[in-house]
Amino acid sequence: MMKSEAWNGFNGGNWERFIDVRDFIQKNYTPYEGDDTFLSGPTQNTKDLWAQVMDLTKKEREAGGVLDMDTKVVSTLTSHGAGYLDKDKETIVGFQTDAPFKRGMNVYGGLRMAMKACEDNGYKVDDEIVEFFSKHRKTHNEGVFDVYDAEIRRCRTNHIVTGLPDAYGRGRIIGDYRRVALYGTDLLIEDKLAQKESFGTVYTDDVIRGKEEISEQIKALKELTKMASFYGFDISKPATNVQEAIQWTYFGYLGAVKEQNGAAMSLGRTATFLDCYAERDLAAGKFTEEQIQEFVDHFVMKLRCVKFARTPEYNQIFAGDPVWVTESLGGMGVDGRTLVSKMSFRYLNTLNNLGTAPEPNLTVLWSTKAPTGWKQFCAKMSIKSSSIQYENDDMMRPLHGDDYGIACCVSSMVIGKEMQFFGARANLAKCLLYAINGGVDECTGVQVGPKYRPVEGDVLDYDDVMAKFDDMMEWLAKVYVSALNIIHYMHDKYAYERIQMALHDRDVKRYFATGVAGLSIVADSLSAIKYAKVKPVRNEQGVVVSYETEGDFPKYGNNDDRVDEIATSIVTTFMDKIRKQHVYRNGVPTQSILTITSNVTYGKNTGDTPCGRKHGAPFAPGANPLHKRDTHGAVASLASVAKIPFKDAQDGISNTFSIIPGALGKEDQVFAGDIDIDLSK
Amino acid sequence: MIGHIHSIETCGTVDGPGMRYVVFFKGCPMRCKYCHNPDTWEPGGGEEHTVEDLMAQYDTLKPFYKNGGITATGGEPLMQIDFLIELFEAAHAKGIHTCLDTSGVIFHRDNPELLAKFDRLMKVTDLVMLDIKHIDPEEHMELCKQPNDNILDFAKYLDEQGVDIWIRHVLVKDITYVDKYLDAVGYFIGGLKHLRALDVLPYHSMGEAKYEKLGMEYPLKGMEPLTSNDAIKAKQVIINGIKRRRAEEEA
Repeated sequence: MMKSEAWNGFNGGNWERFIDVRDFIQKNYTPYEGDDTFLSGPTQNTKDLWAQVMDLTKKEREAGGVLDMDTKVVSTLTSHGAGYLDKDKETIVGFQTDAPFKRGMNVYGGLRMAMKACEDNGYKVDDEIVEFFSKHRKTHNEGVFDVYDAEIRRCRTNHIVTGLPDAYGRGRIIGDYRRVALYGTDLLIEDKLAQKESFGTVYTDDVIRGKEEISEQIKALKELTKMASFYGFDISKPATNVQEAIQWTYFGYLGAVKEQNGAAMSLGRTATFLDCYAERDLAAGKFTEEQIQEFVDHFVMKLRCVKFARTPEYNQIFAGDPVWVTESLGGMGVDGRTLVSKMSFRYLNTLNNLGTAPEPNLTVLWSTKAPTGWKQFCAKMSIKSSSIQYENDDMMRPLHGDDYGIACCVSSMVIGKEMQFFGARANLAKCLLYAINGGVDECTGVQVGPKYRPVEGDVLDYDDVMAKFDDMMEWLAKVYVSALNIIHYMHDKYAYERIQMALHDRDVKRYFATGVAGLSIVADSLSAIKYAKVKPVRNEQGVVVSYETEGDFPKYGNNDDRVDEIATSIVTTFMDKIRKQHVYRNGVPTQSILTITSNVTYGKNTGDTPCGRKHGAPFAPGANPLHKRDTHGAVASLASVAKIPFKDAQDGISNTFSIIPGALGKEDQVFAGDIDIDLSK
Repeated sequence: MIGHIHSIETCGTVDGPGMRYVVFFKGCPMRCKYCHNPDTWEPGGGEEHTVEDLMAQYDTLKPFYKNGGITATGGEPLMQIDFLIELFEAAHAKGIHTCLDTSGVIFHRDNPELLAKFDRLMKVTDLVMLDIKHIDPEEHMELCKQPNDNILDFAKYLDEQGVDIWIRHVLVKDITYVDKYLDAVGYFIGGLKHLRALDVLPYHSMGEAKYEKLGMEYPLKGMEPLTSNDAIKAKQVIINGIKRRRAEEEA
């Protein structure tokens, strides 16, 4: 690899010879252990631009949620010319289409979804596009349904497997967008060409697919270069300063969100990488702190303007219209130095300069060893903005090292080296009901699962139900993974993430992410069956549709091992059943317990459960206890959740928890905690 | 020994330093008009716990209480002083920070048997949050249906024992939120050498619903809640009282 002049002033290393962003960061970053006093406020240009964004947001809301949609041009890297808010004021540029707030049209995931997204918002996809994608070009969605069998379809329509990415983009892949800045696309293409050669000439299916994919990646990198040229930038060469580094990184990300309307389009871990440039430029007197903050503010402003065409149903599943532009901040290095840099502070400072917002999803990789100044600033900004997400770096670092990022809300992966096949989730609460009813759906009466012997008698017996539940989970794991295998095969074939995968190594570790919903319902239901007396109530067809529970029983969320052990064993059991399955492309199976948003929908489609929950009552989010069942305070509730083994839920365990500020501690003003100080006043 | 416990709050953040395991004891002889836990008045009943099971549960939650500890509150924990001693001794043996939230109403220096128990308890108590309901004896009797001389004596006793003290004081309009009383509170606690913090709590009416639920009449019906601004003002009056006392003592 040819050494670039753009790298002058950086410490050298392996990163000059190979694509290795982590090595570059480690050799060049400056840990920051100070406080937030160095930060700059918004410039006038920032204020003006943000006022424009707020105005567009208002207009968009008034227009019913969408301001403009492209119905004629399919969104690709080069489909649209440059778009600006105010060209003279923007220091970081680029929109998904040729105008801000104009949503692009992504068809490769599925034509019907694209058409519906338009129609539901009062637009119509151009006839020619419809014809082209009906006659000449197959989509991911069509591919999947060509292969789905009757059983999978029944499982979908009866909601025992839900939210499958079979009609929309799977997302959850993070391109290493930093590579664009550090190397420029020429060097990346050079590397990809070498990768392509490295396959050799024994043309197995894998080699053929691998080479074809890398060819696609190279094309995408060329198109990305062209896309940037619309804005007057040459990204074929490495970025020469911090402004360009941010711009190049953003172009990489912009390419991804032009090409894919994925369920989560996360950014990665860019801040401390960019800080290497900032420190170099500050030392050289090239830019001031105020200028650098302005670049960051404008970058974040762009990230806040990423928009997709989506349907109301989609928004219902995901509770809104999230993009999940997750940026992972801070964390510790494996060498013990903090990875917090001044840039980590600048990113959080955008919440001051632009005000609070859910995007980008600023995620702090929390470590007990993080510098105090950083912890204090995080706490301060959390109190002020309620917009910061925290995840446990001390738990993930041993698994992923120190250059991983979070996709979506909790899915961890090493940037540029690991990706995920997103797999939505299986409804375990319904699975328990199927076990009781011998595979018959309690809401529809349809024989969805295998016709096993249903529960008999007037009182549910724990051992009997557990044995039946185990059999039903075995069935569910198989049908669920089968559906996912089909989905990811077709997604790779018809909606391949070219630019995101171009910003990965050749050999990528693919997590095969499954998930479950209804854990607390299952735990409480089994606890009720074990510790209280649960009588099934059958309808005329003999299907158990309700339960009468006599006596009390331990409830998940109170740090009570009797029921918490049921919850943890279910997680492990189901994960082990997933592990038994054949998974597509040598994926590494993982599981999540994080239905953060779709609990109302799950509740509507799941009948009465033995724990006393009624048909229609929402599920608890993620691994949360059921609403109001945790009666021993938050710590006991958290302790129950914390028992779930991470090794069997490696794709994340979520616990949604809100607390009024007053319950978090004393108000400084009222409480004279250190009376000596007060007395001197 | 069995303790009668009203409930346990595992995420206590306002009852002592750090995050705490808060045990609400059953039983209280005080009848403070603004009490928001009337369901703890009756002695006995509630959940029955042993020291062992409380400590075992604490142990499973230990990582959360790194900078906190255990708080006994209620109700009036001193109503079950034998159980409390056992609990705090067990906690102290494990190096757990112990905090007693009390009105001190049980204290009587002239009862040697009781005093011996207090002496034993104070050896394993790291912090006492003493709630001074009212500084004036008559007003105290009117507000709480109990005298306050032994309570104020308890404060002095704590100071002699060298136990850290936080003073809590609830502000109620026209009852305690009166400058001369606040100043007197300050003047009194200014004499305590081991005073570490002052916690002024503005009256809120959230307890009212509990009275309704228990079929009891709410003694402060119609009393207007106070704000944190009131608390800031009142705190300053008390602090001025503390300063006055300390200045006198220095002179």
